[in-house]
Amino acid sequence: MTISISQRLALAMPLALIAQIAQAQSIGDSINDAFAASTGWFVNLIFASVWGVPWIVGWLVIAAVVFTLYFGFIQFRAFKHSIELVRGDYSDPNDAGEVSHFQALATALSGTVGLGNIAGVAVAVSIGGAGATFWMILAGLLGMATKFTECTLGVKYRNEYADGTVSGGPMYYLDKGFKERGLPLGKAMAVLFAVFCVLGALGGGNMFQANQAHAAVAGLFGDYPGWITGVVLAGVVFAVIVGGLKSIARVTEKVVPFMGVMYVAAALVILIMNAGMIGEAVSQIFAGAFTGLGVTGGIVGALIQGFRRAAFSNEAGIGSAAIAHSAVRTKEPITEGFVSLLEPFIDTVVICTMTSLVIIITGQLMMDAETGLYMVTEGGRIATVDGNTGVALTAAAFSSAFGWFGYVLTFAVLLFAFSTMISWSYYGLKAWTYLFGEGKTTELVFKLIFCFFVIVGAASSLGAVLDFSDAALFAMGVVNIIGLYFLMPIVKRELDSYLSRLKSGEIRRFK
Amino acid sequence: MTKPIVVAVDGSDAGRRAVAHAAELASGAGASLVIAHILEWSPYSFLTQEELAERHKRREQELARAETALVSPLIAELAAKGLSARAAIRYGHVAETLVEIAKAEGASQIVTGRTGAGGLSARLFGSVAGTLAQIAPVPVTIVP
Repeated sequence: MTISISQRLALAMPLALIAQIAQAQSIGDSINDAFAASTGWFVNLIFASVWGVPWIVGWLVIAAVVFTLYFGFIQFRAFKHSIELVRGDYSDPNDAGEVSHFQALATALSGTVGLGNIAGVAVAVSIGGAGATFWMILAGLLGMATKFTECTLGVKYRNEYADGTVSGGPMYYLDKGFKERGLPLGKAMAVLFAVFCVLGALGGGNMFQANQAHAAVAGLFGDYPGWITGVVLAGVVFAVIVGGLKSIARVTEKVVPFMGVMYVAAALVILIMNAGMIGEAVSQIFAGAFTGLGVTGGIVGALIQGFRRAAFSNEAGIGSAAIAHSAVRTKEPITEGFVSLLEPFIDTVVICTMTSLVIIITGQLMMDAETGLYMVTEGGRIATVDGNTGVALTAAAFSSAFGWFGYVLTFAVLLFAFSTMISWSYYGLKAWTYLFGEGKTTELVFKLIFCFFVIVGAASSLGAVLDFSDAALFAMGVVNIIGLYFLMPIVKRELDSYLSRLKSGEIRRFK
Repeated sequence: MTKPIVVAVDGSDAGRRAVAHAAELASGAGASLVIAHILEWSPYSFLTQEELAERHKRREQELARAETALVSPLIAELAAKGLSARAAIRYGHVAETLVEIAKAEGASQIVTGRTGAGGLSARLFGSVAGTLAQIAPVPVTIVP
């Protein structure tokens, strides 16, 4: 049999391609190894455990407790006033056309509501059991005080440029706030925060999202190479952040809240359909919170999972929200603090709890009928129906009530991932321009890097890179919270002054 | 003093016809005119991070453009005819904001054009003239 040259070529081409891919994979592995070797210490430091609890989780929760006590349970005292502010009851009609409290909150929320609410919660309950929900809600409630603190500072110390645009966030309040209080090292901390923010934006805010978006699509349509999802996603992200294609962003901004509402509505319908089991689910949550119901690590295991996933989901203390909320137009920075405290409430106390209740009520977590304890697999997870975890577990729970919900959920995950990426591209950009100066070229460089990492994130399972960027995200929280401790008296002063003027009627309602 | 007449303009021909009609009414009654231009705006709309950061700048630009390109030339034209007119440029829901302006100015009436949009879009979204006819506290003249 003779083979023509063209046939030879046709045969050789795929072989060459396979060789190339294999080579690329080994390059990926060696990058991974090199990366792990050089950054492993940093990842280990951030996620190190003290007495079995990752210290970073404790760090965030302790901060939330401190702010809650320091501001006298502000999240409960000011809850009603926060809603009045969002409704616009205190907005001067002459300011119409400026960024409203509602708009700032909605945009910030579309950056935080995402995979954490769908996949993260599933991970929490599949390791920590129903009891993790209790701790998650508690962490959400406490986190409201942290958001209040950081967002007030974000508005107070933002930069306003001559052309009317604004830039705000931890790098600005660390820098200016420390200077104002006569404290040293403000600038150094601001730079450190900005560096972590750029890394966190590329990692948790980008690669992780792209990776999970691909996983969700592949889960629905069968496996295919991740770079395809990556290139498509990167193209859309490019069109929005480089091409300035506002229409896509605008559509996302409108669809994301709609998806969020629909997600909660679907969860509510499932809960109403199973209304008789809600009592049992709630008692499982309380029992699990204080006994563990046989989960790995017992009550501490449930607690860690709940706290950790809450922190991942609502980002309280990380500092990102301070960037997001700083664009609002207001004479009183504290009002944006009030509004921002609704964010962990909606994100964690409402949406995350819905996910978790649906998973519990639809009986996804397998229990031993005799002992009333969870059945735990060898891997330390709770045995689930079909062995699902992560997004798949949430999808299974919703699909058990509505078969078609898997498709909606995939679409929701894609959209949430996309909107989180767009938000983080902005946070990263603000940190980047803080480091390298404002300007079209510097901005373009960051945006191109960002798009490139979308493809990397979707295509690879570069565990070490993801670990590192996760660590960077939490490192933002380390720097930010140190700053918040030093600057909280300033917030206290703003709060006292505002509340007394509110009482005296100097700050008046317009509606 | 005679109460002023509020006239709504949006840069369209219908708006121009409304101004012409209002000018006739005003010169007959010896009233002044308020040239109202409303930029459609809802505080409950969704914006991107970048739009939020640039909002203040855009608002200033939009207000300046409305002033120089639309309202000021009209006021100058009316002044040439010996009529006194002033501007009211606002953000908000168009019909509701017109009503607010009319109340604040103590206007005798509102004059507006109509877009002539019929069919589905009018049914879905309603029209400024139609809404105004329903909610205005003073007489409304709709100029075809």
